[in-house]
Amino acid sequence: MTIAIGQQAAHFQLPDTEGESHSPDGNPATVVVFTCNHCPYALAWHDRIMEAARDYYGRGVRFLVINSNDADRYPRDSLEAMKRRVTQEQWPVPYLHDSSQEVASAYGAKTTPDIFVLDAERRLRYRGAPDSDYGDPSQNAAWLRGALDAVLEGRAPEPAETKPVGCSIKWKA
Amino acid sequence: MELLWWAGCPSTDRALSELRAALQDAGISNADIRMTEIRSEEEAQGRAFVGSPTILVDGEDVAPPSEEPVGLTCRVYRRPEGTVSPTPGPETLREALRRARERTTHEEVTR
Repeated sequence: MTIAIGQQAAHFQLPDTEGESHSPDGNPATVVVFTCNHCPYALAWHDRIMEAARDYYGRGVRFLVINSNDADRYPRDSLEAMKRRVTQEQWPVPYLHDSSQEVASAYGAKTTPDIFVLDAERRLRYRGAPDSDYGDPSQNAAWLRGALDAVLEGRAPEPAETKPVGCSIKWKA
Repeated sequence: MELLWWAGCPSTDRALSELRAALQDAGISNADIRMTEIRSEEEAQGRAFVGSPTILVDGEDVAPPSEEPVGLTCRVYRRPEGTVSPTPGPETLREALRRARERTTHEEVTR
């Protein structure tokens, strides 16, 4: 299943690494990021995404970072490994565990990372990569930041959709 | 030269292109690059494959892994400037080609 731009995204409730539940509700904009612990693309973009989370926190934007990979086949994506990362890297956002992979499936997530920007009504306003080049930190998650600025100002993001680039989500067999 | 790749990772084309560029920079025009697809965990185990792409020059990994687990995954490379990348990058490839050339020269001298 894939959500189209303008369509309402599925509601979900997922636990973070401390067991606390999180949902994409109640904020002027929510960024849902599918990621994982071992993909070089996800790791290359990680700091830029975290920096954007810090910068937009004061404007009411919520980041929900989700790991949906099959941890049985990829132990580096286990809940324990997620906990270690959050603690060691001092994440400013919750890291959610989608163990059933239902959220990734409902959103049609394809890669890590794959970013979905939702407005206050949970309608999809941007989907794709954080910026145009994982190898260039100076890109500074420009597509993601542009989408957030647009949503917060009531405009349509431009571009509204880019190709997600990264490792495939590791689905259960 | 051999490039081991897995279809679940999108960096194969980039790795091949960077390898060709490094060969050209090193003045090596007649190198044979064998592309080997790793299709299963069993094949990964058999080749000690720690991720895609893996580039071997004369059988030696251009960036010898330390404690990476074997399996079907995308490989994480650490660039000299500290960034993370899905491919080894030009400096690592250049250095691997230089080492290979040194080995060849040494073998010729001691033969």
